[in-house]
Amino acid sequence: MIDIQLLHTPLSEKACLDFVKTDDVGGIVVFVGTVRNQTKGKAVIRLDFEAYEPMAISEMRKIAILAVEQFSLKKISLHHRVGTLDVGEIPVVIAVSSAHRKAAFVACEFVIDTLKETVPIWKKEIFEDGEVWVSATP
Amino acid sequence: MNLKVLCFGITRDIIGQFEYKLSLPSEATVADLKNQLSIQFPKFATLKSLRIALNEEYAEDAMTLKENDEIVLIPPVSGG
Repeated sequence: MIDIQLLHTPLSEKACLDFVKTDDVGGIVVFVGTVRNQTKGKAVIRLDFEAYEPMAISEMRKIAILAVEQFSLKKISLHHRVGTLDVGEIPVVIAVSSAHRKAAFVACEFVIDTLKETVPIWKKEIFEDGEVWVSATP
Repeated sequence: MNLKVLCFGITRDIIGQFEYKLSLPSEATVADLKNQLSIQFPKFATLKSLRIALNEEYAEDAMTLKENDEIVLIPPVSGG
């Protein structure tokens, strides 16, 4: 019912979608995060992601379990990537399925919002003239 | 007691290494560790937050550290 993966290789939206697709679901929502080419008007060259891997996986699993319980999901697939990502590449994919669409929309947003607060993954933005750990300082 | 702390993200840049060894009195708590780090590395004060993970779980400030704990510094996370 729950598929959690932390990968060093490119993510597949289709793999997540296929995992949650079953005959008893009425709606599937997929969120795909992508690397944007700028932040606050400054050109981003690439992002470096790193994770405290065992805990990142266990925290991702906690969120997925909570989402399944709270929104009565049928299935959930949550994949996150680590390593160096270029503009346009995909750091995160979330696919959720439920009997009705509303729960799937709300659950998907809950999962990405919570992931950004609790999962020990960090990204560094690389600019032409420097680099910065995102959100580390006010 | 001798402790080993693993440093991720900006905490590795501040400390300058991934594995940092330090010594604290036995029965020291998570809060004691944070205090010690902020004295040794004043730049920790510039972080939005600093959490400590003990054995792959977020730890409360009052929790007591043990010599063989896996202690990890968790600066503000930014996945997604």
